[in-house]
Amino acid sequence: MGQTKYETDKRETFHELVWEVANKALNDAGITVREIDNVVTISSDFWDGRTISTMAVSDTSGGYDKDITTVEGDGTFGVLYGMMRILSGSFGTTMVVAHHKGSESSMAGITNTSFDPLVERKLGLDAITSSALQARRYMTVSGGTEEQFALVSVKNHGNAMRNPFAQLPMDITVEDVMASEMLASPLKKLDCSPVSDGAAAVVLAAERSAKKMTTNKKRVWLNGVGHCTDAYRLGDRDLADTRALKKAAKKAYDMAGVTLDDIDVAEVYDAFSYMEPLWLEGLGFCEDGQGPEQIERGNFTLDSELPVNPSGGRLSANPVQVAGLAGVIECVLQCRGEAGRRQVRGAEVALAHGINGMCGQSHCVWILGK
Amino acid sequence: MRQLADWKSEVEEVVFPGKICVPYSWTVGSTLSRWYVQLRDDGEIWANRCPSCGTVYVPPKIKCIKCYKDMNDWVKLPGTGTIETFTVVNKERPGLDPKKPPFVYAVIKMDGADTGMVHLIGGVEPEKVKVGMRVAPVLEKERDGHITDIKHFKPIA
Amino acid sequence: MGKRVGIVGVGQTHHASHRLDASGVEVIAEAVTRCLDDAQTTLDAVDAIIIGNMDHFENINYVDMWAVDGLGGCMKPVFKVTTGGTTGTTVGAAAYYSAASGMFDTVMAVGWEKNSESDTQAAIATCANPVLERDPFAGAIGPLATEYSMYMKAYGATEEDAAIVAARDRNNALNNPYAHNRMHVTVEDVMNSPMLSYPVKFLDMCPRSDGACAVIFAVEEKAKKMCDRPAWIHASVVRHDYTHFGDLEWQWMPTLERATLQAYKYAGITNPVKEFDVAELYQPCSTTGVKWLDSMWFCERGQGPKLIRSGATHMDGIIPINPSGGVVATNPIGATALIRVAEAAWQIMGRAGDRQIPNVKKALATGFGGCSWSDVFVLGADLP
Repeated sequence: MGQTKYETDKRETFHELVWEVANKALNDAGITVREIDNVVTISSDFWDGRTISTMAVSDTSGGYDKDITTVEGDGTFGVLYGMMRILSGSFGTTMVVAHHKGSESSMAGITNTSFDPLVERKLGLDAITSSALQARRYMTVSGGTEEQFALVSVKNHGNAMRNPFAQLPMDITVEDVMASEMLASPLKKLDCSPVSDGAAAVVLAAERSAKKMTTNKKRVWLNGVGHCTDAYRLGDRDLADTRALKKAAKKAYDMAGVTLDDIDVAEVYDAFSYMEPLWLEGLGFCEDGQGPEQIERGNFTLDSELPVNPSGGRLSANPVQVAGLAGVIECVLQCRGEAGRRQVRGAEVALAHGINGMCGQSHCVWILGK
Repeated sequence: MRQLADWKSEVEEVVFPGKICVPYSWTVGSTLSRWYVQLRDDGEIWANRCPSCGTVYVPPKIKCIKCYKDMNDWVKLPGTGTIETFTVVNKERPGLDPKKPPFVYAVIKMDGADTGMVHLIGGVEPEKVKVGMRVAPVLEKERDGHITDIKHFKPIA
Repeated sequence: MGKRVGIVGVGQTHHASHRLDASGVEVIAEAVTRCLDDAQTTLDAVDAIIIGNMDHFENINYVDMWAVDGLGGCMKPVFKVTTGGTTGTTVGAAAYYSAASGMFDTVMAVGWEKNSESDTQAAIATCANPVLERDPFAGAIGPLATEYSMYMKAYGATEEDAAIVAARDRNNALNNPYAHNRMHVTVEDVMNSPMLSYPVKFLDMCPRSDGACAVIFAVEEKAKKMCDRPAWIHASVVRHDYTHFGDLEWQWMPTLERATLQAYKYAGITNPVKEFDVAELYQPCSTTGVKWLDSMWFCERGQGPKLIRSGATHMDGIIPINPSGGVVATNPIGATALIRVAEAAWQIMGRAGDRQIPNVKKALATGFGGCSWSDVFVLGADLP
């Protein structure tokens, strides 16, 4: 696997970022592009400002004259498709590579276009304002407070100080978060993930192909996955109800044959501070409504039983589409024992989670391990 | 053929439609057309109901999202509702804000329906808006068949 | 390793230049409903859904999220793939691999487009590298016209050869109730139609359409129960290249050749013209219907015109091409390539109505897009 340092206003074009990580991933796997049977790129015509976004990276991703396809959504979904292509028997290895340059676009403008042009778009909704609606609904249902959510931001930015790839390592306090600029209540600047640029890639291999590879890096297996999509309009569902995530998680746990106790570390899609406790409820680590309280008790810090977002999470770097893949990569690093100062000791089973759409309409859950 | 703008600015296509020179016109379709015509011509908010499970949706659905049945039963709603959640938008977003901040978005659980509608809350100071507040629609006098035919929802006693 | 997969149901909308009666979501629902009817099944039986279109045509981000109502995708696994013109075959391939992986038994692929909602050429123009290529070479017609000019010069092909292909496809469409353009057309009509970009004329070129197509893929055990004659997938191969237009090979279509040869190898095809009973080919312009035949080894290099003029590719020939009318008759871009797979599947399933070729055992379907990207499907009436 390979990832770039996540930051904003990168000077490289996104093709160059893809080239960088594709090479990193190949080196890490100890193979050349010749051993890659097919490529799944994860890209978005919207954020790239180009239609047929695959075209822009088909060569740098190693896809020249190969079977190549594109998933438009979070990286976790791309890994799923990359895996299914191998399991079909048609391919032995898949290069999955995601890229994003948020700094080249307007986050508000682009997320506004995910709203129905026939109804909500004209009202001017975007990612932050719609998530603010979800945040307050979650507060009403759970009794959670802005201060409790702020703890997530403090934890994750703090974790990021141990991650050389993270964009925003910061030593902050709850007061800092509470004092940051109010964007759309209850979300303040430090409750929100930043605009990021970056790319990441993983090389997937079927068991039989992996055995032939001569790298001495420990292989981390994709043991379970599930994905599920909820209703589209914000008013069609209870925004604090994580039913789609629950369905996706159950599928992943059953497929991997794990229970919650088996999981040693988790990367959860914290695009906003309130999302971490909300998704932890959907994943089953907290009872419904208990997420904020558990955060306050410190149950998910680096030195707890279940460290969540040791990488710093999406709050510390959120290159959209790449971000879920970055979570998968962090799980790989943890399982390999290569996570440096944020290493969770004895990590053997890891969970990576990605979301797609506004307010986590769609979820993908991965269980990785030995 | 029109000149395309400098490439760096074209990635803002969705905010400033002129930049990438791809104009759009979206077909409203049968279901939403009917909804908007009622709103525009009669100032009424309607919903439709699934013949199988009875779920009532506003804005109306083309198929029930639970049963995938055709939705041909229409129901007139009183228009009132309860604020399920809201946000006070504080920071300006050029090109997107429907009015100058601070203003309020809300999901309003509509009376007579099983779903909520997203819209603006007006006629009250943003800091006074609360979850659970009862609200009613304020319609524009001149309407052209879009969601903005409803100016906002305002609190009622 | 991997499961065998067959197509058990297909649905299409009545494609048109402007479906003003239906929004994008309604058009999708139309195709999905018809597909479920064709497969005689319900959404409960569908385990996963994959959708595709070209974003810049409708300007809707996260289409997979937005389309949930039309797809019947609420609380189901849904994701989106998109690869330009090949999107339809990419969606089909994604559904095929999802089922073949053993993770999902029944998967629905949906391709759609409402090209009426935007300026197609302007939207396509954004695919070109904005720094190097967008201004001089944008749009789809330019590259297609250029490649046929080169073919004419190299092999003596004529505009009339392409006109024969255009007339063939457009007349075939008269038998297809779903086709967008259904018109009786002579070779002379094509030759007299307005010149768009030499040598491509108006009736040589595909339209832009509104429409959707849905196809259900099922694993062997399920497919046998759902359908008495599934169209089994024998091969699905994709080859893409392109860095800049100037890098491409213009004399033939290398990606199409590599993809078809690989597909033939998987499917055990050695003599395509003899062994295929029908072909639904993604030919965005009638000129490609002459030029690309040798890339699929239907004939020797440069001998496309001879094959066309022999009548072999007409409905009563030995290798009927595009009984549906093909892309020149119908082109909702995100769906177009999937419609090739769908039509080929219906031919095998015996459900192609007035355009049915008798006794179809093997069918070829292709997708094309990006620039010089090629996708190939081989379908068969017997298990692979």
